[in-house]
Amino acid sequence: MAVIQTKNLTKFYKKSRGIEDLSFSVEAGECFGFIGPNGAGKSTTIRLLLGLLTPTSGKGEVLGLPLSRSAEYLAEVGYMPGEAIFYNSMRAGEVIAYSAKLRRKDCSAEAKRLMEALEIDPRKKIGELSLGNRKKVSIVCALQHSPALCILDEPTGGLDPLMQKVFFDLLQERRKAGGTVFISSHILSEVEHNCTRAAIIREGRLAAVGNVSELAGSSVKRVTLRGVSTLPHGFAASSVKATDNGITFLYHGSARELITALSSLPIEDLTVTEPELSEVFLHYYEGGKAE
Amino acid sequence: MSIFQTELKRGWIGTVIFGGIISFMLAVCVLIYPEMKGQMDGMSEMFADMGAFSEAFGMDQLDFGTLIGYYGVECGNVLGIGGALFAAFLGIRALSGEEAGRTAEFLLTHPVRRSRVILEKLTAVLTKIAALNLFILLLAALSFLLIGESIPLREFLLIHLAYFILQVEIALLCFGLSGFLRSNGIAIGMGLAMGLYFLNLIANITEAAEFLRYVTPFAYTDAAKIVNDLSVNPGLTVLGLLYGIAVTIGGSIHYVKKDVYA
Repeated sequence: MAVIQTKNLTKFYKKSRGIEDLSFSVEAGECFGFIGPNGAGKSTTIRLLLGLLTPTSGKGEVLGLPLSRSAEYLAEVGYMPGEAIFYNSMRAGEVIAYSAKLRRKDCSAEAKRLMEALEIDPRKKIGELSLGNRKKVSIVCALQHSPALCILDEPTGGLDPLMQKVFFDLLQERRKAGGTVFISSHILSEVEHNCTRAAIIREGRLAAVGNVSELAGSSVKRVTLRGVSTLPHGFAASSVKATDNGITFLYHGSARELITALSSLPIEDLTVTEPELSEVFLHYYEGGKAE
Repeated sequence: MSIFQTELKRGWIGTVIFGGIISFMLAVCVLIYPEMKGQMDGMSEMFADMGAFSEAFGMDQLDFGTLIGYYGVECGNVLGIGGALFAAFLGIRALSGEEAGRTAEFLLTHPVRRSRVILEKLTAVLTKIAALNLFILLLAALSFLLIGESIPLREFLLIHLAYFILQVEIALLCFGLSGFLRSNGIAIGMGLAMGLYFLNLIANITEAAEFLRYVTPFAYTDAAKIVNDLSVNPGLTVLGLLYGIAVTIGGSIHYVKKDVYA
Protein backbone atom coordinates (compact mmCIF):
# COMPACT_ATOMS: atom_id res chain seq x y z
CA MET A 1 0.00 0.00 0.00
CA ALA A 2 1.31 3.43 -0.94
CA VAL A 3 1.59 5.78 2.03
CA ILE A 4 2.55 8.68 -0.21
CA GLN A 5 1.56 8.86 -3.85
CA THR A 6 1.93 11.78 -6.21
CA LYS A 7 0.93 12.00 -9.86
CA ASN A 8 2.19 14.88 -12.01
CA LEU A 9 2.29 17.02 -8.90
CA THR A 10 3.17 20.56 -9.92
CA LYS A 11 3.63 23.77 -7.99
CA PHE A 12 4.46 27.15 -9.45
CA TYR A 13 4.92 30.29 -7.36
CA LYS A 14 3.41 32.71 -9.83
CA LYS A 15 5.86 32.20 -12.71
CA SER A 16 8.71 30.61 -10.83
CA ARG A 17 8.99 26.86 -10.70
CA GLY A 18 8.61 24.91 -7.47
CA ILE A 19 8.17 21.36 -8.74
CA GLU A 20 6.92 20.06 -12.04
CA ASP A 21 5.18 16.78 -12.91
CA LEU A 22 6.48 14.96 -9.88
CA SER A 23 5.25 11.36 -9.75
CA PHE A 24 6.47 8.91 -7.15
CA SER A 25 5.18 6.68 -4.39
CA VAL A 26 6.39 5.62 -0.98
CA GLU A 27 5.28 2.22 0.25
CA ALA A 28 4.24 1.37 3.79
CA GLY A 29 7.11 0.40 6.05
CA GLU A 30 9.92 1.71 3.89
CA CYS A 31 12.46 4.41 4.55
CA PHE A 32 12.45 6.65 1.51
CA GLY A 33 15.16 9.18 0.79
CA PHE A 34 14.45 12.37 -1.13
CA ILE A 35 17.68 13.81 -2.41
CA GLY A 36 18.44 17.13 -4.02
CA PRO A 37 20.36 20.34 -3.40
CA ASN A 38 18.85 23.58 -2.14
CA GLY A 39 16.24 24.96 -4.52
CA ALA A 40 15.59 21.62 -6.22
CA GLY A 41 12.03 21.47 -4.88
CA LYS A 42 12.39 19.21 -1.83
CA SER A 43 10.79 21.63 0.61
CA THR A 44 8.04 22.50 -1.87
CA THR A 45 7.21 18.81 -2.18
CA ILE A 46 7.14 18.38 1.60
CA ARG A 47 4.96 21.47 2.08
CA LEU A 48 2.54 20.14 -0.52
CA LEU A 49 2.40 16.80 1.29
CA LEU A 50 1.74 18.60 4.58
CA GLY A 51 -1.03 20.78 3.15
CA LEU A 52 0.86 24.04 3.63
CA LEU A 53 0.77 24.68 -0.12
CA THR A 54 -1.94 24.01 -2.69
CA PRO A 55 -0.78 22.27 -5.88
CA THR A 56 -0.96 24.20 -9.14
CA SER A 57 -1.88 20.93 -10.86
CA GLY A 58 -1.54 17.21 -10.42
CA LYS A 59 -2.64 15.01 -7.56
CA GLY A 60 -1.27 13.61 -4.37
CA GLU A 61 -2.37 11.30 -1.59
CA VAL A 62 -1.03 10.74 1.89
CA LEU A 63 -2.23 7.72 3.88
CA GLY A 64 -4.95 7.21 1.29
CA LEU A 65 -6.38 10.72 1.58
CA PRO A 66 -6.05 13.54 -0.97
CA LEU A 67 -3.79 16.48 -0.14
CA SER A 68 -6.85 18.67 0.38
CA ARG A 69 -7.67 16.63 3.51
CA SER A 70 -4.34 17.23 5.21
CA ALA A 71 -5.94 18.19 8.54
CA GLU A 72 -7.22 14.61 8.77
CA TYR A 73 -4.13 12.66 7.78
CA LEU A 74 -1.76 14.90 9.73
CA ALA A 75 -3.04 13.14 12.88
CA GLU A 76 -0.96 10.15 11.71
CA VAL A 77 2.00 12.14 10.43
CA GLY A 78 5.03 13.30 12.39
CA TYR A 79 6.89 16.17 10.76
CA MET A 80 10.36 17.36 11.60
CA PRO A 81 11.13 20.68 9.88
CA GLY A 82 14.61 21.62 8.74
CA GLU A 83 14.92 24.71 10.87
CA ALA A 84 12.99 23.66 14.00
CA ILE A 85 11.58 27.05 14.92
CA PHE A 86 9.22 27.28 17.89
CA TYR A 87 7.81 29.96 20.17
CA ASN A 88 10.82 31.50 21.88
CA SER A 89 8.96 32.35 25.07
CA MET A 90 7.93 28.73 25.66
CA ARG A 91 9.94 26.05 27.39
CA ALA A 92 10.98 22.85 25.58
CA GLY A 93 8.55 20.77 27.65
CA GLU A 94 5.72 23.22 26.95
CA VAL A 95 6.27 23.01 23.18
CA ILE A 96 6.23 19.21 23.33
CA ALA A 97 3.06 19.23 25.46
CA TYR A 98 1.45 21.80 23.15
CA SER A 99 2.20 19.60 20.14
CA ALA A 100 0.50 16.65 21.88
CA LYS A 101 -2.50 18.82 22.83
CA LEU A 102 -2.90 19.94 19.22
CA ARG A 103 -3.18 16.25 18.39
CA ARG A 104 -5.63 15.74 21.26
CA LYS A 105 -3.53 12.82 22.44
CA ASP A 106 -1.88 11.97 25.73
CA CYS A 107 1.69 11.34 24.65
CA SER A 108 3.28 12.06 28.03
CA ALA A 109 4.84 8.61 28.57
CA GLU A 110 6.39 8.44 25.08
CA ALA A 111 7.46 12.08 25.28
CA LYS A 112 9.25 11.38 28.57
CA ARG A 113 11.03 8.36 27.08
CA LEU A 114 12.13 10.32 24.00
CA MET A 115 13.27 13.32 26.05
CA GLU A 116 15.41 11.01 28.18
CA ALA A 117 16.87 9.29 25.11
CA LEU A 118 17.70 12.63 23.50
CA GLU A 119 18.82 14.28 26.75
CA ILE A 120 16.39 17.19 26.54
CA ASP A 121 15.93 19.50 29.51
CA PRO A 122 12.20 20.32 29.36
CA ARG A 123 12.65 23.44 31.53
CA LYS A 124 14.92 25.22 29.05
CA LYS A 125 13.40 28.12 27.15
CA ILE A 126 13.30 27.63 23.38
CA GLY A 127 15.03 30.98 22.88
CA GLU A 128 18.02 29.67 24.82
CA LEU A 129 18.41 26.46 22.80
CA SER A 130 20.93 25.83 20.05
CA LEU A 131 19.80 24.53 16.65
CA GLY A 132 20.79 21.01 17.69
CA ASN A 133 18.73 21.16 20.86
CA ARG A 134 15.76 22.63 19.02
CA LYS A 135 16.10 19.77 16.54
CA LYS A 136 15.88 17.35 19.43
CA VAL A 137 12.66 19.02 20.57
CA SER A 138 11.28 18.67 17.06
CA ILE A 139 12.20 14.97 17.03
CA VAL A 140 10.05 14.46 20.13
CA CYS A 141 7.21 16.47 18.57
CA ALA A 142 7.46 14.32 15.44
CA LEU A 143 7.62 10.94 17.16
CA GLN A 144 5.79 11.20 20.49
CA HIS A 145 2.41 10.20 19.00
CA SER A 146 3.87 7.12 17.23
CA PRO A 147 2.89 8.30 13.74
CA ALA A 148 2.27 6.00 10.79
CA LEU A 149 4.38 8.32 8.61
CA CYS A 150 7.39 10.42 9.58
CA ILE A 151 8.33 13.24 7.21
CA LEU A 152 11.76 14.56 8.04
CA ASP A 153 13.31 17.57 6.35
CA GLU A 154 17.11 17.68 6.66
CA PRO A 155 16.78 15.96 10.03
CA THR A 156 20.37 15.69 11.18
CA GLY A 157 21.56 19.26 10.64
CA GLY A 158 22.82 20.55 13.97
CA LEU A 159 22.81 17.13 15.67
CA ASP A 160 26.13 15.78 16.92
CA PRO A 161 27.16 12.30 15.67
CA LEU A 162 26.09 10.65 18.92
CA MET A 163 22.62 12.16 18.71
CA GLN A 164 22.42 11.29 15.02
CA LYS A 165 22.87 7.67 15.99
CA VAL A 166 20.19 7.91 18.69
CA PHE A 167 17.91 9.58 16.17
CA PHE A 168 18.36 6.89 13.52
CA ASP A 169 17.87 4.19 16.17
CA LEU A 170 14.54 5.84 17.06
CA LEU A 171 13.57 5.86 13.39
CA GLN A 172 14.49 2.21 13.14
CA GLU A 173 12.19 1.52 16.11
CA ARG A 174 9.39 3.37 14.35
CA ARG A 175 9.88 1.32 11.21
CA LYS A 176 9.89 -1.93 13.16
CA ALA A 177 6.54 -0.85 14.59
CA GLY A 178 5.22 -0.51 11.04
CA GLY A 179 5.89 3.17 10.46
CA THR A 180 7.05 4.68 7.18
CA VAL A 181 9.84 7.23 6.99
CA PHE A 182 10.35 9.91 4.34
CA ILE A 183 13.68 11.72 4.65
CA SER A 184 14.57 14.75 2.61
CA SER A 185 18.28 15.34 2.63
CA HIS A 186 21.30 16.45 0.73
CA ILE A 187 23.55 14.29 2.89
CA LEU A 188 23.89 11.28 0.66
CA SER A 189 25.57 8.97 3.14
CA GLU A 190 22.60 9.48 5.44
CA VAL A 191 20.23 8.27 2.73
CA GLU A 192 22.57 5.52 1.58
CA HIS A 193 22.91 4.07 5.08
CA ASN A 194 19.34 4.43 6.28
CA CYS A 195 16.98 4.34 3.31
CA THR A 196 15.76 1.45 1.23
CA ARG A 197 14.62 3.54 -1.73
CA ALA A 198 15.36 7.06 -2.85
CA ALA A 199 14.37 9.67 -5.39
CA ILE A 200 16.65 12.29 -6.83
CA ILE A 201 15.04 15.61 -7.61
CA ARG A 202 16.60 18.04 -10.03
CA GLU A 203 15.32 21.50 -10.88
CA GLY A 204 11.84 20.57 -9.72
CA ARG A 205 11.63 17.35 -11.67
CA LEU A 206 12.25 13.77 -10.71
CA ALA A 207 15.65 12.77 -12.06
CA ALA A 208 15.66 9.19 -10.80
CA VAL A 209 13.87 6.93 -8.37
CA GLY A 210 14.67 3.41 -7.22
CA ASN A 211 16.30 1.22 -4.61
CA VAL A 212 19.30 2.88 -3.07
CA SER A 213 21.49 -0.04 -4.09
CA GLU A 214 20.08 0.08 -7.62
CA LEU A 215 20.60 3.82 -7.87
CA ALA A 216 24.17 3.46 -6.73
CA GLY A 217 24.70 0.58 -9.13
CA SER A 218 22.62 1.87 -12.02
CA SER A 219 23.98 2.15 -15.51
CA VAL A 220 26.07 5.06 -14.30
CA LYS A 221 29.64 3.80 -13.91
CA ARG A 222 32.81 5.32 -12.60
CA VAL A 223 35.41 4.85 -15.35
CA THR A 224 39.10 5.44 -14.68
CA LEU A 225 41.64 5.52 -17.52
CA ARG A 226 45.41 5.49 -17.18
CA GLY A 227 47.67 6.99 -19.81
CA VAL A 228 45.00 9.37 -21.13
CA SER A 229 44.51 13.01 -20.23
CA THR A 230 41.60 14.01 -22.48
CA LEU A 231 38.41 12.38 -23.72
CA PRO A 232 37.27 12.24 -27.35
CA HIS A 233 35.42 15.33 -28.52
CA GLY A 234 31.68 15.07 -27.90
CA PHE A 235 32.00 12.11 -25.53
CA ALA A 236 29.16 12.27 -22.94
CA ALA A 237 30.75 12.07 -19.51
CA SER A 238 30.25 13.87 -16.25
CA SER A 239 32.22 14.50 -13.07
CA VAL A 240 35.41 14.43 -15.15
CA LYS A 241 38.59 14.69 -13.06
CA ALA A 242 42.27 14.37 -13.83
CA THR A 243 44.21 11.76 -11.85
CA ASP A 244 48.00 11.37 -11.39
CA ASN A 245 48.49 9.75 -14.77
CA GLY A 246 45.08 9.59 -16.27
CA ILE A 247 41.47 10.65 -16.04
CA THR A 248 38.32 9.52 -14.24
CA PHE A 249 34.69 10.24 -15.11
CA LEU A 250 31.10 9.07 -14.73
CA TYR A 251 29.64 7.35 -17.74
CA HIS A 252 25.98 6.68 -18.44
CA GLY A 253 25.40 4.36 -21.38
CA SER A 254 26.11 0.94 -22.80
CA ALA A 255 29.46 -0.83 -22.43
CA ARG A 256 29.67 -1.32 -26.22
CA GLU A 257 29.40 2.42 -26.89
CA LEU A 258 31.99 3.11 -24.20
CA ILE A 259 34.49 0.66 -25.70
CA THR A 260 33.91 2.03 -29.22
CA ALA A 261 34.37 5.61 -28.07
CA LEU A 262 37.57 4.86 -26.17
CA SER A 263 39.10 2.45 -28.69
CA SER A 264 41.12 5.16 -30.43
CA LEU A 265 42.76 6.37 -27.19
CA PRO A 266 46.22 5.22 -25.99
CA ILE A 267 44.83 3.66 -22.81
CA GLU A 268 47.31 1.89 -20.53
CA ASP A 269 44.70 0.63 -18.09
CA LEU A 270 40.92 0.87 -17.68
CA THR A 271 38.84 0.35 -14.52
CA VAL A 272 35.03 0.37 -14.36
CA THR A 273 33.49 0.47 -10.87
CA GLU A 274 30.09 0.95 -9.27
CA PRO A 275 29.81 4.56 -8.22
CA GLU A 276 28.94 5.76 -4.73
CA LEU A 277 25.43 7.21 -4.37
CA SER A 278 27.05 10.61 -4.05
CA GLU A 279 28.62 10.12 -7.46
CA VAL A 280 25.30 9.13 -8.96
CA PHE A 281 23.84 12.25 -7.44
CA LEU A 282 26.57 14.39 -8.99
CA HIS A 283 26.01 12.69 -12.30
CA TYR A 284 22.40 13.82 -12.29
CA TYR A 285 23.45 17.31 -11.36
CA GLU A 286 26.34 17.81 -13.70
CA GLY A 287 24.45 17.59 -16.93
CA GLY A 288 23.61 13.92 -16.68
CA LYS A 289 20.34 13.12 -18.31
CA ALA A 290 17.52 11.73 -16.22
CA GLU A 291 16.47 8.19 -16.90
CA MET B 1 -9.13 25.01 22.84
CA SER B 2 -5.38 24.37 23.04
CA ILE B 3 -4.54 27.20 20.62
CA PHE B 4 -6.77 29.59 22.60
CA GLN B 5 -5.16 28.62 25.89
CA THR B 6 -1.66 28.92 24.50
CA GLU B 7 -2.42 32.32 22.98
CA LEU B 8 -3.72 33.59 26.32
CA LYS B 9 -0.74 32.21 28.19
CA ARG B 10 1.74 33.66 25.71
CA GLY B 11 0.17 37.12 25.73
CA TRP B 12 -0.85 37.68 29.34
CA ILE B 13 2.23 39.65 30.35
CA GLY B 14 1.73 42.11 27.50
CA THR B 15 -1.94 42.49 28.38
CA VAL B 16 -1.14 43.17 32.04
CA ILE B 17 1.58 45.70 31.15
CA PHE B 18 -0.63 47.51 28.65
CA GLY B 19 -3.61 47.44 30.99
CA GLY B 20 -1.42 48.62 33.84
CA ILE B 21 -0.10 51.60 31.86
CA ILE B 22 -3.55 52.70 30.66
CA SER B 23 -5.09 52.20 34.11
CA PHE B 24 -2.27 54.09 35.77
CA MET B 25 -2.64 57.03 33.40
CA LEU B 26 -6.43 57.08 33.81
CA ALA B 27 -6.10 56.82 37.58
CA VAL B 28 -3.61 59.71 37.63
CA CYS B 29 -6.07 61.83 35.63
CA VAL B 30 -8.85 61.01 38.08
CA LEU B 31 -6.69 61.43 41.20
CA ILE B 32 -5.59 64.93 40.21
CA TYR B 33 -9.19 65.93 39.52
CA PRO B 34 -9.90 67.35 43.04
CA GLU B 35 -6.97 69.72 42.64
CA MET B 36 -7.98 70.59 39.10
CA LYS B 37 -11.60 71.08 40.13
CA GLY B 38 -10.81 74.25 42.09
CA GLN B 39 -9.08 75.72 39.08
CA MET B 40 -11.84 74.63 36.70
CA ASP B 41 -14.13 77.56 37.35
CA GLY B 42 -14.13 79.42 34.11
CA MET B 43 -11.86 76.86 32.50
CA SER B 44 -14.75 74.99 30.86
CA GLU B 45 -15.70 78.11 28.98
CA MET B 46 -12.12 78.64 27.91
CA PHE B 47 -11.75 75.01 26.74
CA ALA B 48 -15.07 75.26 24.90
CA ASP B 49 -14.01 78.48 23.23
CA MET B 50 -10.89 77.30 21.38
CA GLY B 51 -12.64 76.90 18.03
CA ALA B 52 -11.70 73.92 15.90
CA PHE B 53 -9.41 72.54 18.59
CA SER B 54 -12.33 72.33 21.05
CA GLU B 55 -14.54 70.77 18.39
CA ALA B 56 -11.93 68.21 17.43
CA PHE B 57 -11.71 66.87 20.98
CA GLY B 58 -15.38 67.39 21.88
CA MET B 59 -14.47 69.96 24.53
CA ASP B 60 -17.13 72.35 23.26
CA GLN B 61 -19.85 69.98 24.42
CA LEU B 62 -18.48 68.59 27.67
CA ASP B 63 -18.44 70.40 30.98
CA PHE B 64 -14.92 70.21 32.40
CA GLY B 65 -16.36 71.29 35.72
CA THR B 66 -17.98 67.90 36.21
CA LEU B 67 -15.96 64.77 36.85
CA ILE B 68 -17.64 62.82 34.04
CA GLY B 69 -17.04 65.67 31.58
CA TYR B 70 -13.38 65.82 32.57
CA TYR B 71 -13.13 62.01 32.55
CA GLY B 72 -14.80 61.78 29.12
CA VAL B 73 -12.11 63.90 27.48
CA GLU B 74 -9.20 62.31 29.34
CA CYS B 75 -10.59 58.84 28.75
CA GLY B 76 -10.80 59.64 25.05
CA ASN B 77 -7.13 60.51 24.97
CA VAL B 78 -5.80 57.72 27.12
CA LEU B 79 -8.17 54.77 26.68
CA GLY B 80 -9.11 55.76 23.13
CA ILE B 81 -5.59 55.88 21.71
CA GLY B 82 -4.03 53.34 24.08
CA GLY B 83 -6.83 50.83 23.66
CA ALA B 84 -6.93 51.25 19.89
CA LEU B 85 -3.20 50.62 19.61
CA PHE B 86 -3.46 47.57 21.87
CA ALA B 87 -6.35 46.13 19.83
CA ALA B 88 -4.53 46.83 16.57
CA PHE B 89 -1.37 45.16 17.88
CA LEU B 90 -3.24 42.03 18.95
CA GLY B 91 -5.30 41.80 15.78
CA ILE B 92 -2.59 42.42 13.23
CA ARG B 93 -0.22 39.84 14.74
CA ALA B 94 -2.80 37.14 15.38
CA LEU B 95 -2.45 35.22 12.12
CA SER B 96 0.49 36.86 10.36
CA GLY B 97 2.65 36.61 13.50
CA GLU B 98 2.92 32.85 12.97
CA GLU B 99 4.35 33.35 9.48
CA ALA B 100 6.50 36.31 10.49
CA GLY B 101 7.88 34.33 13.46
CA ARG B 102 8.18 31.26 11.23
CA THR B 103 6.13 29.15 13.62
CA ALA B 104 3.27 28.60 11.13
CA GLU B 105 5.04 25.50 9.89
CA PHE B 106 4.94 24.06 13.42
CA LEU B 107 1.31 24.95 14.07
CA LEU B 108 -0.17 24.03 10.69
CA THR B 109 1.55 20.67 10.37
CA HIS B 110 -0.56 19.43 13.26
CA PRO B 111 -4.04 18.03 12.63
CA VAL B 112 -5.77 21.39 13.01
CA ARG B 113 -7.99 22.99 10.42
CA ARG B 114 -7.10 26.56 9.60
CA SER B 115 -10.67 27.53 10.47
CA ARG B 116 -9.98 26.27 14.00
CA VAL B 117 -6.80 28.34 14.14
CA ILE B 118 -8.79 31.42 13.09
CA LEU B 119 -11.58 30.81 15.58
CA GLU B 120 -9.35 30.13 18.55
CA LYS B 121 -6.97 33.00 17.80
CA LEU B 122 -9.85 35.43 17.32
CA THR B 123 -11.42 34.27 20.57
CA ALA B 124 -8.09 34.82 22.32
CA VAL B 125 -7.78 38.36 20.89
CA LEU B 126 -11.31 39.27 22.01
CA THR B 127 -10.76 37.69 25.43
CA LYS B 128 -7.59 39.73 25.95
CA ILE B 129 -9.42 42.92 24.97
CA ALA B 130 -12.28 42.08 27.34
CA ALA B 131 -9.82 41.33 30.15
CA LEU B 132 -7.94 44.57 29.51
CA ASN B 133 -11.13 46.61 29.60
CA LEU B 134 -12.44 44.91 32.73
CA PHE B 135 -9.12 45.54 34.46
CA ILE B 136 -9.14 49.20 33.40
CA LEU B 137 -12.80 49.64 34.35
CA LEU B 138 -12.21 48.32 37.85
CA LEU B 139 -9.12 50.45 38.45
CA ALA B 140 -10.84 53.55 37.03
CA ALA B 141 -13.83 52.95 39.32
CA LEU B 142 -11.46 52.48 42.24
CA SER B 143 -9.76 55.78 41.49
CA PHE B 144 -13.19 57.51 41.50
CA LEU B 145 -13.83 56.06 44.93
CA LEU B 146 -10.38 57.06 46.16
CA ILE B 147 -11.09 60.74 45.54
CA GLY B 148 -14.45 60.38 47.26
CA GLU B 149 -16.54 61.10 44.18
CA SER B 150 -19.64 59.11 43.37
CA ILE B 151 -19.54 57.37 40.02
CA PRO B 152 -22.16 58.49 37.49
CA LEU B 153 -22.57 54.83 36.72
CA ARG B 154 -24.52 54.94 33.47
CA GLU B 155 -22.32 57.53 31.77
CA PHE B 156 -19.20 55.87 33.11
CA LEU B 157 -20.20 52.40 31.86
CA LEU B 158 -21.42 53.72 28.49
CA ILE B 159 -18.12 55.51 27.87
CA HIS B 160 -16.20 52.32 28.65
CA LEU B 161 -18.61 50.23 26.58
CA ALA B 162 -18.05 52.52 23.59
CA TYR B 163 -14.27 52.15 23.88
CA PHE B 164 -14.61 48.39 24.25
CA ILE B 165 -16.63 48.22 21.03
CA LEU B 166 -14.08 50.49 19.32
CA GLN B 167 -11.28 48.13 20.31
CA VAL B 168 -13.27 45.12 19.11
CA GLU B 169 -13.86 46.82 15.75
CA ILE B 170 -10.20 47.74 15.31
CA ALA B 171 -9.12 44.26 16.40
CA LEU B 172 -11.50 42.71 13.84
CA LEU B 173 -10.24 45.00 11.07
CA CYS B 174 -6.63 44.18 11.89
CA PHE B 175 -7.36 40.47 12.38
CA GLY B 176 -8.88 40.34 8.90
CA LEU B 177 -5.89 42.16 7.40
CA SER B 178 -3.60 39.80 9.26
CA GLY B 179 -5.02 36.92 7.21
CA PHE B 180 -3.60 38.56 4.06
CA LEU B 181 -0.16 39.36 5.46
CA ARG B 182 3.03 37.35 5.70
CA SER B 183 5.01 39.82 7.79
CA ASN B 184 3.68 40.80 11.21
CA GLY B 185 2.36 44.12 9.88
CA ILE B 186 2.61 46.01 13.16
CA ALA B 187 3.17 49.26 11.28
CA ILE B 188 -0.02 48.64 9.29
CA GLY B 189 -2.03 47.99 12.45
CA MET B 190 -0.65 51.02 14.31
CA GLY B 191 -1.09 53.17 11.21
CA LEU B 192 -4.68 52.06 10.82
CA ALA B 193 -5.52 52.80 14.48
CA MET B 194 -3.93 56.24 14.39
CA GLY B 195 -5.38 56.98 10.96
CA LEU B 196 -8.90 56.27 12.21
CA TYR B 197 -8.26 58.50 15.24
CA PHE B 198 -7.22 61.42 13.04
CA LEU B 199 -10.15 60.86 10.69
CA ASN B 200 -12.40 61.46 13.68
CA LEU B 201 -10.59 64.71 14.52
CA ILE B 202 -11.09 65.86 10.94
CA ALA B 203 -14.76 64.82 11.00
CA ASN B 204 -15.22 66.86 14.20
CA ILE B 205 -13.57 69.97 12.77
CA THR B 206 -15.34 70.38 9.46
CA GLU B 207 -18.86 69.63 8.35
CA ALA B 208 -17.57 68.82 4.88
CA ALA B 209 -15.83 65.79 6.34
CA GLU B 210 -18.71 64.64 8.49
CA PHE B 211 -19.17 61.55 6.32
CA LEU B 212 -15.97 60.28 7.96
CA ARG B 213 -18.06 59.61 11.06
CA TYR B 214 -19.38 56.60 9.15
CA VAL B 215 -15.83 55.38 8.63
CA THR B 216 -14.04 55.81 11.94
CA PRO B 217 -15.05 53.99 15.12
CA PHE B 218 -13.86 56.97 17.19
CA ALA B 219 -17.06 58.72 16.09
CA TYR B 220 -19.23 56.60 18.40
CA THR B 221 -16.84 57.02 21.33
CA ASP B 222 -17.49 60.77 21.43
CA ALA B 223 -17.94 61.16 25.19
CA ALA B 224 -19.87 64.43 24.81
CA LYS B 225 -22.56 62.71 22.77
CA ILE B 226 -22.61 59.66 25.03
CA VAL B 227 -23.05 61.84 28.15
CA ASN B 228 -25.67 64.07 26.53
CA ASP B 229 -27.66 61.24 24.84
CA LEU B 230 -27.03 58.63 27.54
CA SER B 231 -26.42 56.07 24.82
CA VAL B 232 -23.76 54.90 22.39
CA ASN B 233 -24.89 55.68 18.84
CA PRO B 234 -26.36 52.30 17.78
CA GLY B 235 -26.24 53.01 14.03
CA LEU B 236 -22.54 53.89 13.98
CA THR B 237 -21.71 51.03 16.34
CA VAL B 238 -23.46 48.40 14.23
CA LEU B 239 -21.95 49.85 11.04
CA GLY B 240 -18.47 49.77 12.57
CA LEU B 241 -18.84 46.20 13.74
CA LEU B 242 -20.10 45.20 10.30
CA TYR B 243 -16.91 46.69 8.77
CA GLY B 244 -14.85 44.65 11.20
CA ILE B 245 -16.78 41.44 10.61
CA ALA B 246 -16.62 41.86 6.81
CA VAL B 247 -12.84 42.35 6.83
CA THR B 248 -12.42 39.43 9.25
CA ILE B 249 -14.47 37.15 7.00
CA GLY B 250 -12.48 38.28 3.93
CA GLY B 251 -9.15 37.72 5.69
CA SER B 252 -10.27 34.34 7.03
CA ILE B 253 -11.35 33.09 3.60
CA HIS B 254 -7.97 34.11 2.21
CA TYR B 255 -6.07 32.57 5.15
CA VAL B 256 -7.81 29.20 4.79
CA LYS B 257 -6.67 28.94 1.16
CA LYS B 258 -3.34 30.72 1.22
CA ASP B 259 0.02 29.08 0.70
CA VAL B 260 2.12 29.06 3.85
CA TYR B 261 5.85 29.13 3.28
CA ALA B 262 7.21 29.16 6.85
